[in-house]
Amino acid sequence: MNTHDTAAGAAPEGELLAARGLAKSFGPTTALHNASFDIDPGEMVAVMGASGSGKTTLLHCLGGMLHPDRGRIHYRGRDLTALSESQRSGLRREEFGFLFQSGGLVPELSCLENTALPLRLNGVRRKSAHRSAEEWLERLGVDGTAHQRPGEVSGGEYQRIGLARALITEPAILFADEPTGAVDSLNEEKVMRLLVDAARRSSTAVVLVTHEARVAAYADREVTVRDGRTRDLVQGGAE
Amino acid sequence: MSFAHTVLGLLENGPAHGYDLKKVYDEHFAHDRPLHYGQVYAALARLLKKGLIEVAGTETGGGPERKRYAITDSGVTDLNTWLGTPEAPQQYLQSTLYTKVVLALLAGRPAADVLEVQRSAHLKSMRELTRRKTEGDLAEQLICDHALFHLEADLRWLELTAARVDELAEEVNR
Repeated sequence: MNTHDTAAGAAPEGELLAARGLAKSFGPTTALHNASFDIDPGEMVAVMGASGSGKTTLLHCLGGMLHPDRGRIHYRGRDLTALSESQRSGLRREEFGFLFQSGGLVPELSCLENTALPLRLNGVRRKSAHRSAEEWLERLGVDGTAHQRPGEVSGGEYQRIGLARALITEPAILFADEPTGAVDSLNEEKVMRLLVDAARRSSTAVVLVTHEARVAAYADREVTVRDGRTRDLVQGGAE
Repeated sequence: MSFAHTVLGLLENGPAHGYDLKKVYDEHFAHDRPLHYGQVYAALARLLKKGLIEVAGTETGGGPERKRYAITDSGVTDLNTWLGTPEAPQQYLQSTLYTKVVLALLAGRPAADVLEVQRSAHLKSMRELTRRKTEGDLAEQLICDHALFHLEADLRWLELTAARVDELAEEVNR
């Protein structure tokens, strides 16, 4: 059995993102207990686990949204846990993309403005950001929604706009938490195909948190979180 | 699946030679397993014997004689009945996997490992099918989806059983 339940220590070099010995508690509840994770550039890794297993906490730690109580996270050789909040925030804006089940689109902005938002936050001029957003919406087949507000589009379109917004900065890593959790089977398929295709084209690595095996099957490999610990997929005996 | 009924269904589109039937069958249904000519002719012989098809003509070219087959009225009736009869849903009550888990528990072996190894094999298979699906046409996608949904159902059982394996151990060792 190949596990990564190693003690906190130096992360191996070569990976895009490597975490070792992560622990995180919320009050008396331990969400992560000595969890580890690696991902290479352009790789897609599914993080699976039951509700409450700690998979979303792991994603939030890896994406720099949560500070672990223990353990180290290295991104391109930089220790994420040693960065200040503003440094981590800059990293999240410039190098990471995020896609959540709940979408997180700003309801007051048009779908075009929502898509362009990460570029605008990075200081890109409005015209240029909007041109790029138009291209991304077209690439994901939702260019017709550009001037609508998020509340006016279907669930499948909403997730595709969220995906366009997550990928517009061509991030090194996309963190996707249950990206198809709110859509039906047909849209699940569309969103996943577009996600895989777009990530491959821009060589974006993807950390895909899901409890759905059919969604996880799009990834190159799978890591399971159980009781706050990570374990890689075990290999069967006879094949 | 009744292969003879599939041949009958293909003949409903019009008379055909055994060679044509094999070609159309392979195009729609064979996937990785093309038919042997022997299977086609054996099915045609059975259908002829039952009067569900008839020889509509014989062609003699430079090569061997080629018969064209056509569906008969009773063939159409039989096909209607087959298409309108639901396939019996499989009940999956004889599960090798369940047997393995119980045997492991009875022998004091780590039953969780049996489940985990199977889970990995299922996930690997699902990854392969997903890759195949994303590269295939709609027919290929639907075939792969059918397999994927079944594997997913197995996986849900594996995960549920893994969560209840201690409870099951108490029950079988009582």
